[in-house]
Amino acid sequence: MKKLSYCLSFVVLVSSAMLAQAGSELRFCLRAEPKTFNPLLAADDASETIRYLTGGVLLRVNRLTQDLEPELATDWKITNGGKTITFELRDGLQFSDGTPFSAEDVAYTVQQLMDPALHSPTGDSFRSGEGKVETRVARKNRITITFPAPIAGLDRLFDQVAVMSAKSSQKEMAVLGPYYVAENKAGSYIVLKRNPYYWRKDPVGHALPYIESVHLDIQQNRDAEMLRLTRGQIDFINSIDAEYFDKLAAQDPAMAHDAGVSLDSEQMWFNQVVSAPLPVYKKMWFTSTNFRRAVSEAINREDMARIVFHGHARPAAGPVSPANKFWFNAKLAPHPFDQKSALQRLTQDGFHLQGGVLRDHEGHAVEFSVITNSGNKYRERMATMMQQDLSGIGIKLNVVTLDFPSLIERITRTFDYEACLLGLVNDDLDPNAQMNVWLSSSDTHQWNPSEKTPATAWEAEVDRLMRAQASNPNPKKRKEYYDRVQEIAWEQEPFIYLVNKNALSAVSASVHNVHPVALRPQVYWNVDELSLSSEFARNR
Amino acid sequence: MKYARIVAIAFLVAVSLGCLLADYIAPASYARQFREEPNAAPSRQHLLGTDDLGRDRFSRVLYGTRVSLLLAPAAALLSSLLAALIGGIAGFAGGWLERLVMAGTDLFLSLPWLFLLITVRALLPLNVSPLVSVAITFALLGCLGWAGAARVICADARSLAHSDFVLLARASGSDGFRLLWRHLLPNLKPVLYAQFWISVPVFILTEANLGILGLGVAEPLPSWGSLLREMESFSTVSGQPWQFVPLILFIVVVSSFHVVLSKEELPA
Repeated sequence: MKKLSYCLSFVVLVSSAMLAQAGSELRFCLRAEPKTFNPLLAADDASETIRYLTGGVLLRVNRLTQDLEPELATDWKITNGGKTITFELRDGLQFSDGTPFSAEDVAYTVQQLMDPALHSPTGDSFRSGEGKVETRVARKNRITITFPAPIAGLDRLFDQVAVMSAKSSQKEMAVLGPYYVAENKAGSYIVLKRNPYYWRKDPVGHALPYIESVHLDIQQNRDAEMLRLTRGQIDFINSIDAEYFDKLAAQDPAMAHDAGVSLDSEQMWFNQVVSAPLPVYKKMWFTSTNFRRAVSEAINREDMARIVFHGHARPAAGPVSPANKFWFNAKLAPHPFDQKSALQRLTQDGFHLQGGVLRDHEGHAVEFSVITNSGNKYRERMATMMQQDLSGIGIKLNVVTLDFPSLIERITRTFDYEACLLGLVNDDLDPNAQMNVWLSSSDTHQWNPSEKTPATAWEAEVDRLMRAQASNPNPKKRKEYYDRVQEIAWEQEPFIYLVNKNALSAVSASVHNVHPVALRPQVYWNVDELSLSSEFARNR
Repeated sequence: MKYARIVAIAFLVAVSLGCLLADYIAPASYARQFREEPNAAPSRQHLLGTDDLGRDRFSRVLYGTRVSLLLAPAAALLSSLLAALIGGIAGFAGGWLERLVMAGTDLFLSLPWLFLLITVRALLPLNVSPLVSVAITFALLGCLGWAGAARVICADARSLAHSDFVLLARASGSDGFRLLWRHLLPNLKPVLYAQFWISVPVFILTEANLGILGLGVAEPLPSWGSLLREMESFSTVSGQPWQFVPLILFIVVVSSFHVVLSKEELPA
């Protein structure tokens, strides 16, 4: 019987290899070397790319529909008020080295994930409260995981958890995803080979993935990456800047893909830290809602999107991008550019224009600096545009670019800054990922971190709403709470949201079945379904 | 060589005059954003087109040249004076003082300049106007750029301190500050001039490097560094050759300084 099963698996392997594009190789660039191949430790872009291409997950967020879909699990159920999740697993799956997959592997992965000694960034999302995570393997393909406290949106978090083998001698290199790491030349390239045991099949029963291997070149220089794409040496660039995008679109429109607004946002905030080394009158400006709203209304977001991002961005309304289909509060619109209204708001707070200079009720000329990280020309341009916009209401803005460590030092330790312009790269659709930003006690509550008690009534309300949404298993109710958080953020503007950037990518015509999306990874989210044109595959 | 020098001097004079008269020549303010015309090609209204934010590039080149050409010599003057003071006293005094000062100078020279500048720049107050920021940037360059020159001046001062005319001056009762001021410093002038002229293009280049890193002169004030930043992605500028004008101007000005300098370096 054992012999027969070996023969059968051999036949399956041979036939699937024949259906795959023999010798085909997908090529693209990583901008840095992956820091780890351990999927539980992935935190940088390159490591996350490897995890996505090689890791098998229980559930996957479909990047196109944003729905949660079964992968290694066929079914799942959340019980016990959001503390427990039970997975039914697929039968007969194997890791890339042939080791059989079972519920024991999921239990092992969860234990590793939650091991405090490992410091897994992915595991942090699951840390809901004090206590141990319990795993119970009921049978070979059924596992129940119980967390010490309820976790809202628990099932979606498993999109990031690549299951590792408990028994394989290859440890984390044995994978359940479409590819496995076959070669790694440090600092130069990584080659992934097709996983012969990958479980997914196309609608007509052909084994996936179609492409035999993936070649990842480490390439930091974006000019070089663009040149390689136009010369046909690589097949796509997952994310490109607006400038490169326009140049490419002019050369070959078919290659340039704008998937619309992404989850990423650019925002500015004022320093509202009580102990910050700033003059008292400036602290009064920055803590005034009218002042923040006035500054917000005096900024022309439309121009910013059109000029700085060449039209590949959209004025932002709040903390959630419209790309986030479920959680975005559609009632909110970006603050319009209205300098008259801005001046009216300022007048309410005792500001007045004197000879084209805005002064507060004590006569101080309104002047402040905004810091941003040097080397990011988009942010520098945004700040320069704000400089001209704010001069329209008599405010003098000084733009200061700092190296990143100095900037972080100022915004997290010394609080010696007045306003800061930075971006938020968002991978997670769920509001729980933003808990650390919105809770007033959090040290990443940027405008006023680590508050002992909420400094304002609206911050107390945001705390309450964020905690309520995090502990409520009902998605509809959670959405209600989070909609209100977005409304408060829109009204109070602790962050002045400026633009949401579009997801821009470049893909060679040789790659088929590509549907770039707004969510990461924009181009290769369906890597197992991608194929190369036969002529191209042959030439490679 | 003489002809080349005349051309170089004429060019530097023309450029200096052009940027000094920028207020009258420039068709628009360097900061004004013509938002309907970003990245425009050269036209009658915008001779060198506009930059990413729609600012008139010709005006920015004029003002940027003014900033770099005025402040680089000022920074060079500061560093040369510091070098004269430190190197001159060390060379004149000799002995343990010279060894101590030169050890300090060597230590200063071994510091990684760029990182030092980035660090010092990060520690400066944030709320300063672009004009003050540019002054600070060049003052920093001047304060940090004296060490190399000080070594050269120290060596020269040491040999002068043992020369016949200094011995004669000593024998005539001249000593201390008078000896240094009346006899030594006038004889150090040629080497000081040379050090000054060498420093000017070096500081222009350093500011350009800082500008490329986004750590030079603050927006919206232009400088050669910030103008050169436009070219950091070659593929996006290759189709717009007029964007190379600041680079060409920069190269020609620095080369002109070197041509002029080659004469200054000749023994007095």
